[in-house]
Amino acid sequence: MNSITIAKLTFREASRRKILLAALLLGALFLTIYGLGYHFIIRDTTESFGEDRKFMINQVSNFLLMAGMYVVNMLTAMMTVLTSVDTLSGEIQSGAIQTVVAKPVRRWEIVAGKWLGFAAMLTLYLLLMGGGVMAIVYLRSGYTAPHPLQALSLMWLNAVILLSISLLGGASLSTLANGVLVFGLFGVAFIGGWIEQIGAFMPDPATNQTAMNIGVITSLIMPSEALWKRAAFELQSPLLTMMGDTPFTARYYPSDAMMIYSVIYLLVVFALSIQRFNQRDL
Amino acid sequence: MSQSAFAIETRNLRKVFGDKVAVSNLTLSVERGEVFGFLGPNGAGKTTSVKMLLNLVFPSGGEGYLFGQPLNDPAVRSRVGFLPEHFRFHDWLRGDEFLQLHADLYRLPSQQARRRIGELLELVGLTPHASKKLREYSKGMLQRIGLAQALLNQPDLVILDEPTSGLDPVGRRLVRDIIRDLSQRGVAVFINSHLLSEVEITCDRVAFIKHGEVIRVSRLQSLVEGELTVQVRARNLNPAMVEGLSRWGKNIRADGEHLSFTLPGEADLPEINRYLVSQGADVYALRPEHISLEDLFIQIVGTDGGL
Repeated sequence: MNSITIAKLTFREASRRKILLAALLLGALFLTIYGLGYHFIIRDTTESFGEDRKFMINQVSNFLLMAGMYVVNMLTAMMTVLTSVDTLSGEIQSGAIQTVVAKPVRRWEIVAGKWLGFAAMLTLYLLLMGGGVMAIVYLRSGYTAPHPLQALSLMWLNAVILLSISLLGGASLSTLANGVLVFGLFGVAFIGGWIEQIGAFMPDPATNQTAMNIGVITSLIMPSEALWKRAAFELQSPLLTMMGDTPFTARYYPSDAMMIYSVIYLLVVFALSIQRFNQRDL
Repeated sequence: MSQSAFAIETRNLRKVFGDKVAVSNLTLSVERGEVFGFLGPNGAGKTTSVKMLLNLVFPSGGEGYLFGQPLNDPAVRSRVGFLPEHFRFHDWLRGDEFLQLHADLYRLPSQQARRRIGELLELVGLTPHASKKLREYSKGMLQRIGLAQALLNQPDLVILDEPTSGLDPVGRRLVRDIIRDLSQRGVAVFINSHLLSEVEITCDRVAFIKHGEVIRVSRLQSLVEGELTVQVRARNLNPAMVEGLSRWGKNIRADGEHLSFTLPGEADLPEINRYLVSQGADVYALRPEHISLEDLFIQIVGTDGGL
């Protein structure tokens, strides 16, 4: 009950502070540009190809859909971190949290409430943006990706993991240090993912193995890149999978075990954020 | 709910931040319906003590109870109202939204909350500003809305951290009236303040805290009773007459029309007046002055301010 009150407050704050509005306007801008670009590319593809038209349109659509979803994934991650990074540390710093904690409220209800508020917001955002990209592609060419719901779920998991890390950092660190932490982890996962992918091309098996190990270890530290790769795998057409690596796709895709690990990771980070806030002097 | 006689009870409450002892040994009890002043120099551990009472800061040792319930029991805070120091709130909320949020956190039924918010806005004089954002409020208005927030649940204990600093005289008067009204209705009020005159006007009892320890708790009445200084303004005073006062008073000083001396109590005042008149003095004023809380504060805490 108290969590709902805090969740509503959190959601209202984001909308009142115009963060949500800015993210939505930028999102609308992105979808517009994306839609226009997609429209013209499909027009040209339709004109250039004869009998293989349907096949080519599908391949182009799949590639562009994934490029779009890649941007949506990034935007959602950014929006999640930027809106939540100061929610605990900022209110602790200013003292605004004091009148809330001095109420008949348990501290976990505050963390859970904030989590719910932001999670609701990012879910809405992801559905609008991801759904928007998919809708544009479908409406223009009738193409649908293989597993859109799985992909969206994994992108959502990525975003709520970032949110939970941001709350954990906020319960322990200053806003600035928290920002460095979350984006730092995000960066580590990103680089680790690329080392793994580039390493896969190396002729030397030892280098190859080392790169793979780096990829696995960074994914264990921060699974965001692994989640995107799996989401991309769920979206990509069988042909693209065969073609191998592009900036938005992967030859190797993270295993189911990695996905289960990510869920556990989320639960642990969320529990830690509650524990940290429970012990924090305000 | 336990029927403990005390609104607040602490035993050897202690808080250490790293190697800095903020509160070394806080033992005090505040009765129900009592207005209790918590006095001490800056850095004496007043705010940390208040935060421990509200579970904002966790004690490193000792124990504490509100209405007989341990401090970490959230349920007991439904009987408590709190106005924090510096009154920093969610300033992007409007005044009425802010009160609604806190009414929700107190879990007041919506109808009751609406009525209570209206009453309190009226009480603190913010009804015309209810739909303004807190960001646009002055310091004084923030304090008033903070006070309203602390009274939403009709608490049995109100904890005020520096409630009048930053308020204009009208605001201070308002806070004073509210405190008096609360105490008449049996609500315990715990005031953390360094504004001694405020405490002097409102409190039943005071505790002096220095270096995180309560060094004296006194009934304000008994503090200021006892020794007093008498200021006299009279014409036709002569040295023999002044000499004669030594029967009653000490530290006699005469300077033209002015005469002052100290007395152990006020019982002899009428007799002294009769004496002066019978000796031919024209008395214009005879004013007993109790030792001020400020003097007492400095006596107890020391002029070093506890640093």
